[in-house]
Amino acid sequence: MNKIEPSFRPGGKLAKLESVYDGMETFLFTPNTTSRLGVHIHDGNDLKRTMITVVVALIPALLFGMYNIGYQHYLAIGQPASWLTMWIYGLLAMLPVIVVSYGVGLGIEFISAQIHHKEIQEGFLVTGILIPLIVPINTPLWMTAVATAFAVIFAKEIFGGTGMNIFNVALITRAFLFFAYPSRMSGDEPFVKLDSAFGMGGGTVVDGFSGATPLGQVATTVGDNLSMTNIVGEPISTMDAFIGLIPGSPGETSMIAILLGAALLLLTGIASWRIMCSVFVGGLGMAALAHALPSATYPASMLDPVTQLCLGGFAFGAVFMATDPVTGARTKVGQYIYGLLIGVFAVLIRVYNSGYPEGMMLAILLMNAFAPLIDHCVVSFNIKRRARRAADKVKEG
Amino acid sequence: MLSKKNKEALFNPLSKDNPVLVQILGICSALAVTASLEPAIVMGISVICVLAFSNVIISFLRKTIPTNIRIIVQLVVVAALVIIVQQVLIAYNYDVSKQLSVFIGLIITNCILMGRLEAFAMHNRPWPSFLDGIGNGLGYTIVLVIVAFFRELLGSGKLFGYQVVPQWCYDHGYENNGLMILAPMALITVGCIIWVHRAHNKELQED
Repeated sequence: MNKIEPSFRPGGKLAKLESVYDGMETFLFTPNTTSRLGVHIHDGNDLKRTMITVVVALIPALLFGMYNIGYQHYLAIGQPASWLTMWIYGLLAMLPVIVVSYGVGLGIEFISAQIHHKEIQEGFLVTGILIPLIVPINTPLWMTAVATAFAVIFAKEIFGGTGMNIFNVALITRAFLFFAYPSRMSGDEPFVKLDSAFGMGGGTVVDGFSGATPLGQVATTVGDNLSMTNIVGEPISTMDAFIGLIPGSPGETSMIAILLGAALLLLTGIASWRIMCSVFVGGLGMAALAHALPSATYPASMLDPVTQLCLGGFAFGAVFMATDPVTGARTKVGQYIYGLLIGVFAVLIRVYNSGYPEGMMLAILLMNAFAPLIDHCVVSFNIKRRARRAADKVKEG
Repeated sequence: MLSKKNKEALFNPLSKDNPVLVQILGICSALAVTASLEPAIVMGISVICVLAFSNVIISFLRKTIPTNIRIIVQLVVVAALVIIVQQVLIAYNYDVSKQLSVFIGLIITNCILMGRLEAFAMHNRPWPSFLDGIGNGLGYTIVLVIVAFFRELLGSGKLFGYQVVPQWCYDHGYENNGLMILAPMALITVGCIIWVHRAHNKELQED
C-alpha cells in the first residue's frame, strides 16, 4: 500500500482516485494520523467499527437464511438432503445477490466520492448486506441492481451521503422493487427458489406445492378458518415461525437468529433498546387489539399477537431497520414514540389493508419521515417545560 | 416583428426562464398527465393556446381593468378559453379528453397562467404578450414531453401507444417498471431534469 501511495496524492497520475486509496487504506489498516488539537473522542467506536458490529449481528440471520433457502428448495422438490447440502445450496443462491448489491452500491459510492472529492464513507457496508436479506430470493439480479442504484442515488447521495439520508436506504431498495415490480414481491412465486443454483439442486416440484408466505396465506383466507401451511401443505405452528423454517425473504424468517443479532446490538449499545422494545410493545398492543375484535373481513385479525410478531419481517425490521441511528428519532422520549408508532402502523397495515399482507417496510419508511418532527416536538416541549420551571422558581424566590 | 425584446419573450422561457424548471410552476399537471406521451402533448398544446390568447386579451384590456378586481377578470377570460378548448377536444379527440378528464378544466388553476398574466400581460402590448404566452406554453410542453417520454418508455415499454421495447427483451426477463406509472416517479423525473438543466446553466445554481 505504501509503495503505491505517492501516485494517489495530488500531482500523482492517479490523483483522481485519492479517496479510493484512502478508503482502502483505512479499511485494511488503522489510520496512522491522529488529531493534533484538543480531544474529540466521545467513545472508542468509530463509524467503521459500528458498521462492522452491525454486520456481525446480521451474520446469524444471514447463515440461517442461506440454510432456509436450501431447506425450502429441497422440500419443494421432495428430495432428502443433508443440512450441509441445503446450506451450500442457499449460499450459492444468495452469493450473486450479495455480490450485485455490494458491487452496485459501493460502485456508486466510490464514483460519487471521487466526483465530490470526499472521503468514502462506510455506510454502505451494512446496507449492502441488508439488501440481500430483505429482497426475495427469486428477484432477478438486474432488478436488484436497478433498485440498489436508485436507492443509493435518490435516497442517499442526493441528501448528502452517509448519515444525511432521511429514509433507510435498504428499505428504499425494497420499496422500489415492491412498487415497480409488484408481481416479483408478493404472491406464490418469489420466496422459494425452485431452479438450480450453479448446477446444484433443481428438480421437479412436488404436487400441492404453494410458495406463499404464511402472511400471504392469511391475507387471502376466506371465512373463519385460519390455517397456515408450509410449502407442501403441512400445517405450521408459531414455533415453526419462531425457528424460521417458513418461506419468506432470506433474513426475516427466523426469530432466533434475529434475536441473537439483537442481543449483540444491545450488548454493544449500538442499537437503541428504547426503539427496539417499543416497536415490539406497539406491535403487540395493536395485534392484541385487532385480535380482540376479530372479523372475517380482515383475516389477519384472527392471528394471535405472538404469532403476528413472529411472522413476516416484523422482528427483522424492529431489530435492524427501525434502530438505524441515522433515520430514527434521537431524543429518548422521541425514540419511545417513534418505535411505538412503527409497531402500531406495521400491524395496522397488515391487518386492515388487504392490499399489503406485510406492513413493516411501509411503517418504518413512514416513521422515518416523521422522526425529525417527533424530535423537534420533544425538544421544544422540553424547552418550554424548563422555561416554565425556571419562571416558577423566580416567582417563589 | 421580432425585436430583441420580443425574441427574449419568446425564447427565454424555453430554457433559461423555463416555467417548470426554473420558476417551478405548473408541477401538479406535470405529475398528472405525463404517464404517456399523447395526453402530455395534447395538454401542452391546450396550455399554449389558452396561455397565448388569454395573454393577448388581457393585454388589450390591461388599461381598462380596475386593479382591485383584476384577478377576477383574468379568471373569467381564462375560464372562457378553457371551456372552448375543452369542447374542441371533446368534439375531435374524445379518447384523449377522457384521459385528461379534469385536468383540462384545471388549466384555469395552473400557476403558469396567472403568473404570466400578472407578470407580463398586465404591463405589455398584445404582440409581445402573445409571444410570451407561446414561449411559456412551449417551455411547459417541452418538460411535459420529456417526462412523458421516460415515463411511458420505462413504465409501459411504449411510445405514443406503440410497443417499442421488443418482445425479445421481455422473453429474457425484462419487465416494465410499474413505479414509473405512479405519480412519485414524475416528481423524481422532473427533479432529474432540473438537475441536468442546472448542471448545464451555472448561473441558475443557488448556493
